Amino acid sequence: MDRKVVFKQRLLPYLLLAPQLLITIVFFFWPAGQAVWFAFLRQDAFGIRTTFVGFENFAELLADPLYLETIRNTAVFCIGVTAIALSVALLLAVLADRQIRGAGGYRILLIWPYAIAPAVAAVLWIFLFHPQIGLIGRALNGAGIAWDYKLNGDQAMLMVILASAWKQVSYNFIFFLAGLQSIPKSVLEAAAIDGARSVRRFWTITFPLLSPTTFFLLVVNLVYAFFDTFGVIDALTKGGPAKATETLIYRAYVDGRVNLDLGMSSAQSVVLMLVVILLTAIQFRFIERRVHY
Amino acid sequence: MATLELSAIRKSFGPVEVLHGVDLAVADGEMIVIVGASGCGKSTLLRIAAGLEIPSQGRVRIAGRDVTALEPADRDIAMVFQNYALYPHMSVAQNMGYGLKIRGLPRAEIDRRVREAAALLGIEALLDRRPRQLSGGQRQRVAMGRAIVREPKLFLFDEPLSNLDAKLRVQMRAEIRRLQRRLGVTSLFVTHDQVEAMTLGDRLVVMHQGHAAQVATPMEIWAKPADTYVAGFIGSPAMNFLKGRLTEGGRAVALEAGPTIRFADGPRPGPEGLPLTIGIRPEHVRAEAGGLALTLTLDLVEPLGSEAVLHGRLPNGEALVVKLAGPGPRDGTLPVALPAEALHVFVAEGGRRLDPAGG
Repeated sequence: MDRKVVFKQRLLPYLLLAPQLLITIVFFFWPAGQAVWFAFLRQDAFGIRTTFVGFENFAELLADPLYLETIRNTAVFCIGVTAIALSVALLLAVLADRQIRGAGGYRILLIWPYAIAPAVAAVLWIFLFHPQIGLIGRALNGAGIAWDYKLNGDQAMLMVILASAWKQVSYNFIFFLAGLQSIPKSVLEAAAIDGARSVRRFWTITFPLLSPTTFFLLVVNLVYAFFDTFGVIDALTKGGPAKATETLIYRAYVDGRVNLDLGMSSAQSVVLMLVVILLTAIQFRFIERRVHY
Repeated sequence: MATLELSAIRKSFGPVEVLHGVDLAVADGEMIVIVGASGCGKSTLLRIAAGLEIPSQGRVRIAGRDVTALEPADRDIAMVFQNYALYPHMSVAQNMGYGLKIRGLPRAEIDRRVREAAALLGIEALLDRRPRQLSGGQRQRVAMGRAIVREPKLFLFDEPLSNLDAKLRVQMRAEIRRLQRRLGVTSLFVTHDQVEAMTLGDRLVVMHQGHAAQVATPMEIWAKPADTYVAGFIGSPAMNFLKGRLTEGGRAVALEAGPTIRFADGPRPGPEGLPLTIGIRPEHVRAEAGGLALTLTLDLVEPLGSEAVLHGRLPNGEALVVKLAGPGPRDGTLPVALPAEALHVFVAEGGRRLDPAGG
């Protein structure tokens, strides 16, 4: 399988690699490098003078109680999104995996949300949960529950978690379904004959055999929750009310784009990068051991 | 240990009916082999006994109890799959103990039974390994072990030897037979291999297009096949079939190839001139000149050392295969005789066996 290809010319392999390397350098390494550099600088309010300040940005950041609050928000948000997106997708995939009539149509319907832009998704959720014009929002208020995600921070958090998870469910669903379908049927039949009923079969056979997929999705979902949920939060709550839904990525945007504090924003980006690198490393180091390939 | 009864089993997948009413009664401790070409419905029948498929019609009884509507879990059976179906994420010991754990046996008891079964199969050294670290033969043994520890009422084998190489297959075949005798568990064994069927089964079920063509002991099937399909399927090389017509008031057959041969075991019922198919096994054809000898023009000789298989054509163009002791001739022609006592008589239409009247 792993035959080595030997090129006659020495230049050709580099030429073939060049487009990808170029894209990675221009769109990833360059901005990332700039972020790291800016993290050690501070500009005045008009952008005229730039001073090298060493680790001062980081020190200030970690001393800021609002920033620590943002870290807590992010943790709640990421765990919430990942847990909901994974468990709902797994449930749907298990249901779709059963041989049912119209399974194909069901699958396509489930895959749709992935194709919806974050802003459009957010508008859909507003139409559902807006306290005055939203279908569910009005129903909740009608039932005597004081629902207003624009005033209540916990409700706002719940809503951005639900909306972000909803968008990710489709992606997870595709992978879970593929994972389920790659489990040999005879292994499940053997378990049935060994006396395991469906729930037991799921937890002792299906779930362990699905663990490579689950592990991969766990990493992808956490990274998604950290980085790719900006659009949903921006369109739904803009980090409010009272910064209740401000995650690390959203705060980096606000400080950089809105408050034009590039140094501070860059420092946050660097922190964010380190957190994700750390999380991924921990996952590969500790969780992968329990994964059966 | 128990009896198994399948009565009037029918099974359809959509508009296609694959089993057209199969009856089978397996006695306590008996080993029944279901044999047939692929697509004959033999695996479906086994899966119905296991509860993995629900019959469209008919009843399944294990030890006298109607289990037709029960899940596999409630049938107290064990099955060995063609691809072994070991749990890839569990060690060998866990694989074997899985069924016991589900039944809530204490850990010490599970451990004892797993060790016992492992000792019986000679796989004690493998108990901590994962299935992917095992060879095909070892996996096969683990799959057997998983079935044994459960001490089930019924063993089901779904072509368990077909993924092994030839030498290992012969070895495991003998081992399965020995084990089944020793444990005395009622067993159903599915295979497409006639040698496996002949050597393993107390009785065989020869399946053909969703019917049980014949249910009998291996020797009975070999000596008195119920129809031309069974006759051609069991025995290697396959039985020869020659065309003929009933003559002399049922006492003889006039072969298209020339001679008229009188039946050795009595006259057959039927009208004069009834089209027949006459079967004769290659090993029963004799190479000798004489009154009723035919001339066989050889076109292929397969020497097998102690014997030779000769393929040739009779003067009227019908093919005939002859198995002779010794190296045999290389080519040319050979006078052959068809001994009357070795003939199998079938009605040409439908292929049913035609036995002597009253006999």
